[in-house]
Amino acid sequence: MIRDALLFQLGYNATLVTLGAMLLGMAAGVGGTFLFLRKRALVSDAISHATLPGVGLAFMVMVAFGGDGRNLIGLLGGAAVSAALGLLGVAWLASRTRLAEDAAIGAVLSVFFGFGVVLLTMIQTMSAGQQAGLEGFLLGSTAGMLRSDAMIIAGAAALTLGLVLALRRPLTLAAFDPGFAASTGLNVARTDLAMMGLVLAVTVVGLKIVGLILIVALLIIPPVTARFWTERTDHVVVLSGVFGGGAAYLGAAFSAALPDLPTGPIIVLVGFAIFAVSLLLAPQRGVLSAVLRHRMFQRRVHLRQGLLALAQGQPIYEPLTLRLLRREGLALPDGVATPAGRARAGKALLDETRWQLVRQDPSFEAAAAHYDGLTPIETVLTVDQLDEIDQRLPQPHEVSRP
Amino acid sequence: MSGSEFVPLSLVPMLIGICVAVACALPGNFLLLRRQALIGDAISHVVLPGIVVAFLITGAATTWPMLLGAAAAAVVAVMAIEAIRRLGRIEPGAAMGVVFTAMFAAGVLLLEQSDTSNVHLDVEHALYGNLESLIWLDATGWHSLADPAALAHLPVELPRMALTLLAEALFVALLWRPLKISTFDERFARTIGIATGPLGLALVVVSAIAAVAAFDAVGSIIVIAMFICPPATARLITNDLGHQVVWSVGFAALAAVLGYVLAGYGPLWLGYHSSVSAAGMIATVSGAMLALAAVFGRHRHRTGDGAAL
Repeated sequence: MIRDALLFQLGYNATLVTLGAMLLGMAAGVGGTFLFLRKRALVSDAISHATLPGVGLAFMVMVAFGGDGRNLIGLLGGAAVSAALGLLGVAWLASRTRLAEDAAIGAVLSVFFGFGVVLLTMIQTMSAGQQAGLEGFLLGSTAGMLRSDAMIIAGAAALTLGLVLALRRPLTLAAFDPGFAASTGLNVARTDLAMMGLVLAVTVVGLKIVGLILIVALLIIPPVTARFWTERTDHVVVLSGVFGGGAAYLGAAFSAALPDLPTGPIIVLVGFAIFAVSLLLAPQRGVLSAVLRHRMFQRRVHLRQGLLALAQGQPIYEPLTLRLLRREGLALPDGVATPAGRARAGKALLDETRWQLVRQDPSFEAAAAHYDGLTPIETVLTVDQLDEIDQRLPQPHEVSRP
Repeated sequence: MSGSEFVPLSLVPMLIGICVAVACALPGNFLLLRRQALIGDAISHVVLPGIVVAFLITGAATTWPMLLGAAAAAVVAVMAIEAIRRLGRIEPGAAMGVVFTAMFAAGVLLLEQSDTSNVHLDVEHALYGNLESLIWLDATGWHSLADPAALAHLPVELPRMALTLLAEALFVALLWRPLKISTFDERFARTIGIATGPLGLALVVVSAIAAVAAFDAVGSIIVIAMFICPPATARLITNDLGHQVVWSVGFAALAAVLGYVLAGYGPLWLGYHSSVSAAGMIATVSGAMLALAAVFGRHRHRTGDGAAL
């Protein structure tokens, strides 16, 4: 069953929905990256909650004009209008009043959603509203979707993805460095507007699949995940699209194949699973690699300090240092240096003494900046420079007899 | 309307609404000023999995396990947000977005997978609650307020919310000075010996308590609205923190009463025969107040803006 769903074998509608979800996930991942890089991820939360009154009003207007009220294009059109109003509300509150953007987001989100709930309860009492199924917009419902609706969603998702890809260059520029983007003649305000327009499009198209409460996850989780794997903006964009599309595709397929798995939550949880794996295992920024790097650094410091102590004949009390020296065969369990240990210790002491001379001499200032207590000095200075330093080393001389 | 109708049907929901609104608005003032306004949003989303897990463990929709589950989920969420923010070096807004959507999704999924048909537990209820259903059937009129037999059957949500409100008020009153100083100038607060770290955490915990207690009675939408709208409205009309808190309490209570009345009787005045969601209406009214303050408020502009004069 799952295999059938993954291979698009579950009938025409399910295939359309899965494809649509995948395209939407890719569009959301790419579009969300710009939002994330501009540090405005949660604006999308306000936009998505603000769609609800539009859905309700569109339904009521369509019924009032004698229509069915469940026309998907009409409902999504209403959603887009009220989401745009919500977005304007956030922008207006944040720019024209002293309220910060997070307060503006929260206010718009809760008030629009509250008003939407009022409209929903009104619709429930209308004679046409009993089977309106508008609750499906809260958490998404793809089960039993009409073929025409599935085609609209798949088409709109493809269109959104195309738009995101077309606007990729200016959006990347504005997200990465707004100041530089403005100096190249790019209108940053208009680019931001385009970005918000894309987010709005993703939100509206995603209403029926993921639902308005969870659609923000599709915009936030993939870029955050992608950020773990790379330091380059253009790679984050691509990876985020891949993660978003993958999560949506897998989620939609699972949901189509198994009973009682609502599409939206499954997509979000698949996305979160990819995020969790990335958080732990990503090569540079992942938790595991950070822990390993820290451990390796710690061991190098302990080993170095242990060798210096051996060279100067000081006792070692630190158990970790002693264990590391013993494991490397540099010291015996009682802290006495082995021949190999004495050799390495002598080398470490020479290194440290050379560094001290370098750091005392202002003409070596650039080289001295590399000192961190671990770097061997040969990797910083040339042979000639080392010779010059060695001239100044204290020379061995005979101890005069009393 | 006579007392025999008002007291059993409307008094208790209205009082609960006021308690919820004020209990959320009090910590909301400080969250707003600390730019943590969306904490309320995040918490009210993550309590859903906590409640569902508590239900699955105990097998019954009883109050205390659910409250504990919700509180535990809130703590888990706050810790997860901090962990992701620090470990992944991710901006707080995005970390919050990752955690609360994932936890909410998990809650919905658990709910759909488990058999909750015999209890009152569904996503819609979690979102916008059912304030109207908290009626006091044993009351027959105003005199029931002095009747121990009737009082014994008050909906349990009312004393619980009143207690929560008391706790919130005590927290704000007792820690007024440190809260105020650390909100406006955290560094100065540290130099005079205020433990700003634990204080900030305490504020989040207290907010979570308000959100969790309120969530059970009225759903999450009022919680989010009341954390933000009344304090934001008050912020636009005064420059003094004391005044702001007092005004926000007033606005919260007014929104609760006005919203409840409009939801219950507004449609009747317009010729409809049934009421609309009180929770949604209370949020809407608080939004209308904020909109008015944003247009007319005396201190709506940032200080330093030329337009302020």
